[in-house]
Amino acid sequence: MADTDVRLRPRKKGLTRSQKRRLSRGVQYAVFVAAVIAVAVTADWGRLQNQFAQPDIARQMFPDVLTLALKNTVLYTVSGFVLGVALGLVVALMRLSSVGPYRWVASVYIEVFRGLPALLIFVFIAVAVPLAFPGTEIPGGTYGKAALGLGLIGAAYMAETFRAGIQAVPKGQMEAARSLGFSPARAMVSIIIPQAFRIILPPLTNEFIMLFKDSSLVLLLGVTLEERELSKFGRDLASTTANSTPILVAGLCYLLVTIPLGFVVRRMEAKAQEAVK
Amino acid sequence: MSTPGTPGTPAATGTAEIQVRDLHKSFGDNQVLKGIDLEIRQGEVVCVIGPSGSGKSTLLRCVNLLEEPTRGQVFVGGTEVTDPDVDIDAVRRRIGMVFQQFNLFPHLSVTENLTLPQRRVLRRDKATAARIAAENLARVGLSEKADAYPSSLSGGQQQRVAIARSLAMGPEVMLFDEPTSALDPELVGDVLAVMRMLADEGMTMMVVTHEMTFAREVADRVVFMDGGVIVEEGAPARVIGDPQHERTRHFLSRLLDPAMAEVEEETSDQVGGTER
Ligand SMILES: Nc1ncnc2c1ncn2[C@@H]1O[C@H](COP(=O)(O)OP(=O)(O)OP(=O)(O)O)[C@@H](O)[C@H]1O
Ligand SMILES: [Mg+2]
Repeated sequence: MADTDVRLRPRKKGLTRSQKRRLSRGVQYAVFVAAVIAVAVTADWGRLQNQFAQPDIARQMFPDVLTLALKNTVLYTVSGFVLGVALGLVVALMRLSSVGPYRWVASVYIEVFRGLPALLIFVFIAVAVPLAFPGTEIPGGTYGKAALGLGLIGAAYMAETFRAGIQAVPKGQMEAARSLGFSPARAMVSIIIPQAFRIILPPLTNEFIMLFKDSSLVLLLGVTLEERELSKFGRDLASTTANSTPILVAGLCYLLVTIPLGFVVRRMEAKAQEAVK
Repeated sequence: MSTPGTPGTPAATGTAEIQVRDLHKSFGDNQVLKGIDLEIRQGEVVCVIGPSGSGKSTLLRCVNLLEEPTRGQVFVGGTEVTDPDVDIDAVRRRIGMVFQQFNLFPHLSVTENLTLPQRRVLRRDKATAARIAAENLARVGLSEKADAYPSSLSGGQQQRVAIARSLAMGPEVMLFDEPTSALDPELVGDVLAVMRMLADEGMTMMVVTHEMTFAREVADRVVFMDGGVIVEEGAPARVIGDPQHERTRHFLSRLLDPAMAEVEEETSDQVGGTER
């Protein structure tokens, strides 16, 4: 401290820019090292390892964590995503419609389902729907309910993404198609939407990742042993073994999918950036 | 029609392919077309010239109903386009349109740009569509680009593909909206050559353009528009070579010598502005 003061004194106007930069970086490193030391000292490593990294318990999870839990997670996510894309596309087209009521319904849908916590939507499907419509069964059992919940949530986000994508296609594309004799619907399907899809592939992948994580809420639907996905599987095993290792393993399984997908998204974005140049 | 100085176009020869009657178009309060009457006979090439904002594009776009006229009628090949009950998609199949910005479909290859509209709109089978696509690519001299994507082509090549795409639909009429304005000067010639070829083959053409040489050499008739009306029309030699109206003369002198026009404008501003 005193050392810096001595060096500073001759310069009445304060630090030069490079000095400031060096000082700022020095402070940042110092804070980082202090934080790491603090964690290392305060954490009880022995207990942590006991709680989260028991190789025996981890081994016991295989292969079910992959062949059952991860498989179900992927299944729920994919079916929810497919439903979300279809419904989202319809909502996006309604949002862009020249018919007022369509636009209003679409806007309300988007606001409601983006504004509600995903957890509440699943509680609704599990509790409220059977009460409100007694006798009606959502087809597909847990799988159908999961797809419905994730699809409803995904559609609200994807509708906005689709709308932005469709609007990002230059107006001249629709005009060229119309002047060739395409009907509006056919132009939308064969000319506009394929181009919009390319534009929105990165955000769409992000929405897939979001649904992948939200699929953990399926446990609220009350699932059988065979229907468990990663989170429920991990939690159940954690309570039977009285150890948290299964939670850690389940978490790693999520990252196994989300990290590569995130990487793919960044690659696509970089490529799109390049194409613009 | 208030076009004095126009030599009456011989309406007797040939049937009218495009007929525009008392056409008005407003965007909100902005009156863009203020009563256009125009007739284009089969096989005729008509160039529309005029200053920016005079309504040339709007007129062209009203012919295939990309813009809905506020008032008046448009007929194409005897069908009233402005009839609310007309199947506009069916009419548009008979009218080709070429845009300043080409508007090729970037997600499709050159051949697919030509085949997809034929397949989807005309319901032609795969083989027929491919054959007609190849024929029309050959016509515009781009057979070797059949598998390329639009982004890899020069502007001039893209515009020729756009023309071929329209031609593959077998139109009776071709509309061109400043087809060479977005091109580098050295690429203009190739596109004009294709248009010249079409004119020689007897295609009915309505061309908005600033290419006076093309208008002079290829057009049967030149129409000068200003402020939403047709000011003057007639043979190119008359309208371009010997304009009768002050507005036409002013426009042409500006076009031919922009530097002169600027000087002219400055002096007229001074005269109109401050009296000393
Ligand atoms: N879709 C639109 N909405 C509102 N105003 C429009 C629209 N299209 C054209 N206009 C207006 O109509 C007027 C005429 O436009 P138009 O494009 O027909 O002129 P133009 O003669 O083709 O000019 P240019 O040579 O610049 O292409 C302009 O004032 C323009 O602002
Ligand atoms: Mg224009």
